[in-house]
Amino acid sequence: MSAERAVVSLRGVSKVFEKGGVVALEEIELAIQPGELVSLIGPSGCGKSTLLRVIGDLVQPSAGEARVNGKTAHQARLDRDYGIVFQDAVLYDWRNVGKNISLPLELLGWDRGRRAARVRELLELVELTGFESHHPWQLSGGMQQRVSIARALSFEPPLLLMDEPFGALDEMTRERLNMELLRIWETSGTTIVFVTHSIAEAVFLSTRVAVMSARPGRIAGVVDVDLPQPRTAETREQPRFFELVTAVRDRLRAGEDSAASAEEPSEENLYVAEERL
Amino acid sequence: MSTAPVAVQPIPRGMARQVGRRLGDWFPALAVFVLAIALWEGLVRAFDVQQFLLPAPSAIVDTLVEERSLLWSGGVYTFTEAIGGFAIGCVLSILTALALARWRGLGGAVMPFAIAANAVPIIAFAPITDQWFGPLNKTSKMAIAAILVFFPVLVNTLRGLTSVRPSSIELMRSYAAGELTVLRRVRIPSALPYIFSALKVASVLAMIGAVVGEYFVSSQEALGFQIRNAAQLGEFELAWAAIVVASVLGIALYAAVALLERLTMGWHPSARGDI
Repeated sequence: MSAERAVVSLRGVSKVFEKGGVVALEEIELAIQPGELVSLIGPSGCGKSTLLRVIGDLVQPSAGEARVNGKTAHQARLDRDYGIVFQDAVLYDWRNVGKNISLPLELLGWDRGRRAARVRELLELVELTGFESHHPWQLSGGMQQRVSIARALSFEPPLLLMDEPFGALDEMTRERLNMELLRIWETSGTTIVFVTHSIAEAVFLSTRVAVMSARPGRIAGVVDVDLPQPRTAETREQPRFFELVTAVRDRLRAGEDSAASAEEPSEENLYVAEERL
Repeated sequence: MSTAPVAVQPIPRGMARQVGRRLGDWFPALAVFVLAIALWEGLVRAFDVQQFLLPAPSAIVDTLVEERSLLWSGGVYTFTEAIGGFAIGCVLSILTALALARWRGLGGAVMPFAIAANAVPIIAFAPITDQWFGPLNKTSKMAIAAILVFFPVLVNTLRGLTSVRPSSIELMRSYAAGELTVLRRVRIPSALPYIFSALKVASVLAMIGAVVGEYFVSSQEALGFQIRNAAQLGEFELAWAAIVVASVLGIALYAAVALLERLTMGWHPSARGDI
């Protein structure tokens, strides 16, 4: 695996939040190759969301460097090298489904005809054909998240960043969207970085799982997921699946033990606090 | 709350149902109004209340009809002032809010004075604006209305512009969108519900401001002057009739803003009609 070809390359990335001086990330080293689906998993407050935002140039690291497609993360953001999906779908109520999906295309200056054609393709991809002129509040949570994924993929970015995208959904919907995400991943060839706190979800989806520990946020280990592709409903029943789930869980436990047990303000709160400054 | 009728409803039936529902919504208020007026009329007659204390509704209505040309021209005069003040106050406060949302540090420097200015009783400004703009023209009254309108619109607009979910902004940043794009595509649309509720409050305040401004010195045509003059001359039916005109015009301005809100915010969940 060469660092030059990597879609994402993190070298010595650290992040200290000024407020409270909490070390959210410490010395993160990680390279993600084209076509991979890498999950970041860890307890809440381990910095996984912060790490995703460092890759997306939405949070500046205190030390170290994040590179995306061989460029600085900043340049990659300016070049629109990634699409992002948040835990809440972040759809704009004043735009209907079609217009939410085509928002990035408008910003890129695509003309109306090209946008409409692309929106139709994407609606088909996420199985929402016919919902184009619905408003976000008329959709279920799962449907909203599918719109959000379609929007992130609209301009075919080489990288998709996903921050606990299915965390707020019920188990049934989550499993269905997991399958859908894998299908989209296979057809689009996009590299995906996927933040989750569900071990089963991480193992089921990923080619590799990066296990993080909290305070300071570190990568406690990387588990290679050698389950056969494509993954199906049966994948979840294979003995190897359970072995890998156990392996990830063991890493999480090991990380937990080594981390300072003192209760500190959560990373999310600090993140918001810094944002307000 | 009934279940939302989704798009497929044939239009005529849907409309009939909607009109029916509207009437249903309005019925209690209408009933209270009719009852209150009837009670008022009945009590005034039964106890033979002196007309300078409380004229009967029928007497007020008679005066409205008799003095319609005087009241109408007064109403138009004052309404012009109110609309002028409303427009000036809203434009200035929205522009200020945009500036304060863009440069947060500025807010800390400016807001205390805005709050202090808002604490001054509005009537105290009347002699001052008369002095500045001349007591007999509309500008001095527009200034009063504008001042009265300024603060609530400023505070609400600012809140709307700044209480956008952080992830909404992050999403736009991920598209490398600049400040202006974020303002136009996210901050302003998500502030619209706040802005419209402020404008509705402001519409009523503007009419109050105009009438209050007219209380000291003003053109004899103005509604505020008519109210004061009629009261001094003991013509209480006329004073009450002028008050009714002022309220109806205030409500009309409110209704116009509410209509504009419906037209521009069809997307908003509250526009579904079942909330």
